[in-house]
Amino acid sequence: MHLLIFAILFPFLAAALIPLIHRRLGPLNIGWLVLAVPFILFGIFAWQIPGISSGDTIAATLHWIPSLGINFSIYLDGLSLILALLITGMGTLVILYSIYYLSPTDSLPHFYAYLLLFMGAMLGVVLSDNLLVLYVFWELTSISSFLLIAFWFHRKNSRYGAQKSLLITVFGGFGMLAGFLMLHTMTGTFSVREIVSTIGQYSDHGLFYPAMFLVLLGAFTKSAQFPFHIWLPDAMEAPTPVSAYLHSATMVKAGIYLVARFTPVFGGTSAWFWTVTLVGLVTLFWGSFCAVRQTDLKALLAYSTVSQLGLIMSLFGMGSAALHFGDGEAGAVYGLATFAALFHLVNHSTFKGALFMVVGIVDHQVGTRDIRRLGGLMAFLPITFTFAVIGSFSMAGLPLFNGFLSKEMFFTASLNAAGLPAFSAETWGWLIPVIAWTASVLTFVYCMIIVFRTFFGKHQPKKLDKKPVEPPFGMLVSPAILSILIVGVFFVPNLLGDHLLRPALNGVLPGITGAAPHISAWHGFNTELWMTIGIIVVGFLLYKYLRIWKKVYAIIPEGWTFNALYNKFLESLEENSNRLTSKYMTGYLPHYFAYIFGFFILAAGGTLLLTGALSIDFSTDTPIPSYEVILAVVMAIAAIAILFVKSRLTSVLLNGVLGYSIAIFFVLFRAPDLALTQLVIETVTTALFLLCFYFLPEWKPEAASKNLKIRNAVIAVAGGLTVTLIALSVRAGNLYDSISSYYENAYELAGGKNIVNAILGDFRGFDTMLETLVLFIAGIGVYTLIRIKGGKETRKNED
Amino acid sequence: MKINDVILKTVSQAGVLIILTFGVYLFLSGHNQPGGGFIGGLVLATAFVLMFLTFDSETVNKAIPFDFKKISALGVLLAFSSSALPMFFGQPFMSQTFGYFDLPIFGKTELATVTLFESGVALTVIGVVVNIITSISEDE
Amino acid sequence: METIIIFLVGILTAVAIYLLLSKSLIRVILGTAILSHAVHLLILAMGGLKEGTVPLLGEEAESYVDALPQALILTAIVISFAVTAFILVLAYRAYQELGTDDLDEMRGVNDE
Repeated sequence: MHLLIFAILFPFLAAALIPLIHRRLGPLNIGWLVLAVPFILFGIFAWQIPGISSGDTIAATLHWIPSLGINFSIYLDGLSLILALLITGMGTLVILYSIYYLSPTDSLPHFYAYLLLFMGAMLGVVLSDNLLVLYVFWELTSISSFLLIAFWFHRKNSRYGAQKSLLITVFGGFGMLAGFLMLHTMTGTFSVREIVSTIGQYSDHGLFYPAMFLVLLGAFTKSAQFPFHIWLPDAMEAPTPVSAYLHSATMVKAGIYLVARFTPVFGGTSAWFWTVTLVGLVTLFWGSFCAVRQTDLKALLAYSTVSQLGLIMSLFGMGSAALHFGDGEAGAVYGLATFAALFHLVNHSTFKGALFMVVGIVDHQVGTRDIRRLGGLMAFLPITFTFAVIGSFSMAGLPLFNGFLSKEMFFTASLNAAGLPAFSAETWGWLIPVIAWTASVLTFVYCMIIVFRTFFGKHQPKKLDKKPVEPPFGMLVSPAILSILIVGVFFVPNLLGDHLLRPALNGVLPGITGAAPHISAWHGFNTELWMTIGIIVVGFLLYKYLRIWKKVYAIIPEGWTFNALYNKFLESLEENSNRLTSKYMTGYLPHYFAYIFGFFILAAGGTLLLTGALSIDFSTDTPIPSYEVILAVVMAIAAIAILFVKSRLTSVLLNGVLGYSIAIFFVLFRAPDLALTQLVIETVTTALFLLCFYFLPEWKPEAASKNLKIRNAVIAVAGGLTVTLIALSVRAGNLYDSISSYYENAYELAGGKNIVNAILGDFRGFDTMLETLVLFIAGIGVYTLIRIKGGKETRKNED
Repeated sequence: MKINDVILKTVSQAGVLIILTFGVYLFLSGHNQPGGGFIGGLVLATAFVLMFLTFDSETVNKAIPFDFKKISALGVLLAFSSSALPMFFGQPFMSQTFGYFDLPIFGKTELATVTLFESGVALTVIGVVVNIITSISEDE
Repeated sequence: METIIIFLVGILTAVAIYLLLSKSLIRVILGTAILSHAVHLLILAMGGLKEGTVPLLGEEAESYVDALPQALILTAIVISFAVTAFILVLAYRAYQELGTDDLDEMRGVNDE
């Protein structure tokens, strides 16, 4: 098996093994075993760095449904590699952290199974080349995120947050799927690489822009872009390791990955440039604006994540301008934005991961995340404090930390974009650096809030549940590693730049050379540096006088937030669909059957009459032997007699007569397999009927009014007549040639002489395979119905 | 359900053996003659059901210590995984292959991968049918 | 012969529909069983009857009857067995819990 395919399947296999082995472990925390999975995978991907950075790509294909163009094809280039390293690297750190964070009373097997499920799905997203495979993994990440947010499902807020995230991301995912199908309609392929190489011919196609916006819808909902950002703060109900992993480092980056992946497809157009850039900038501003007023540290980090995702998104938007200019000096200038985006993508994962872990430690050790109750913790948690400072200052864009480098690049890119000689940037381009700077000031303010409100000020022991002490050593390892990375990248940024970011840039902007700069911290006293100094000064003043200007937040009326709109929409949807459904869903089975058969008679019978398809032709009939006629008459009589018999036993036996007669018909009509099956099945069914009837009440005569009986009889006769007429017309007309002669090659094609079995096992094996599943589900259904009884008593207790 | 009937017990002891043999024969002959996974599985299932009906379930459970739910699950797993197996050899999903081998006792024999798939089907059928019947009859 | 089978299918369908429309759950289940009988016969008749020998290549005949409908019916038989078993048990459990097999009485039950 190819190494990369193994890399995707490995987490799934491990997840499947967890329920089998966790009981045998005894006191050993299962997390230690799970830890090996991302660690090994990280090693595998790190092994690929030299090859990828020298410009290689790796591809592998498993044929899945080749006739539909769906292949399990894997493609690893620089862009995928960065994401894969993030997923496995952060995965290792987060799992290590979670071993100490989660309490033993939590259901650890579930937690780690979901987490591994997510890891495999996320690797699938970033490594798939086939769009439909990508989509499947994409939704799988949504589902595993749902499960993880609702991990403490006894809390109402967890369930609410999980539902919200699922509704919004799956809604976007459906849009994205439609976009993918449009791309397929245009280009005739599901392979991203093939689409990239041929899309140039289709930029005038009517579906080009709809496909673009639908794909963006998927990306924006997943990456919590404005106005779909509302799900991310509620997703913080998940355990903190999950927030650090899914909702800041990896899953929310899937949308950004999608935008990056599709930049070669849609980039270079004005619509892509402005949509991605503006949505990103608005998200950046709105996220940081909302973050400042949060009192829950985790909510604050959630909004800051929204804001930072907006920043990365907008950079990808600006960078796409390079494709408009093509290879050359202009292309290189605007391509810098994309480089910055990739750089910040990595940096954000490091500092936000560290901050989430810090907040988790505070929550774990102190018992609250509310900044109104925190303060003065520096003396108690000095190590944690150090990590908090490193993470926050990096996020604020201060020197000595990696955030400074990418933030400077962000300003350069925004200044470049303001002077863009295309896409009518002359008129509105100045907005870009203005929004960027304003949002960065607010970012500075909330970074200060994290550090100063938590660790400085007065310690309020009365408001805390526990006495704060440093957490166990193991909990500090992961944030320590991230902090070392944050500082390390600042001093040797080009190690990262040359080996990872440059090859990734080639994946996003193919054909643009020279966009990857030599990263350095000092550029002289240029505009960017003055912008940073301005941020520090203004940001510090704003932080100092926060109490005065905080009234701004009261301007937005309570009922008009996006959250309120979402809740209202959901409520009215529920109410209206309930009202509509209860109109025709009476809860009475015969009504439903009447609808179904009425519709069938009108639609099928009506079509038959209106289109003149009705025709009867007896000439192709085979001769009629008398014993077959007798059998048919017996069956007809038995069937009609069922309607009139007084005892249920007789009715079951009559049904048996029907079944065995059919078996005889199967023999007469040269179908030995069917006859055998029918005989056995009929026996088992009759036994089953008798068994159940033993428990069921006595067969009562139909107590219905005469009118109702007549109505039912009319529907029944009309239904029977419709079926008869359709069947007769089918016999008479011969629209298509029979395909059955193909199956007579069974011996050459399938090596079997029994054609029926060759069809079941080979030609149409899919039917049979899924049929086993249906059988299995029915079996499990019967078992659960009988063995697992909720019972009236237990239900009452729950009420 | 407890029935104490000597004749029934004696007859069904022999009967079960015959039915089991017949079921296995049907399963194996399905490739070229009437039979196959479904029918073979069904016939085998009826043998087990007959056992459950004749003897009480405790005796039968002691004699055949299988959990029929697990057998049906195993069957589905086998059907699905044997379908997915060709993908790892670069073939499309559900490709089947066959070949002829010289085996010591049987002589020239045809072996086909479809047999794996068919045994998955048969196991599912056995598991489900027995599971359904015993669930109902053991319910108090 | 096909015409006779088709008329038989029509009768079976009518009986099945009448049973399905009744209030008693047992009748409804019988109706589904009969409906599946009707459908199996219908599929077989649509493929043409007796236009050759049994679909076993070992017979080395000139022509074989259409094997495809047979394969479809085989699948359908097993599925309809599973469904019948399931709804039988559903009815049985419903009767245990609610004490009735009258669908009209069942609809008033709000189990939430």
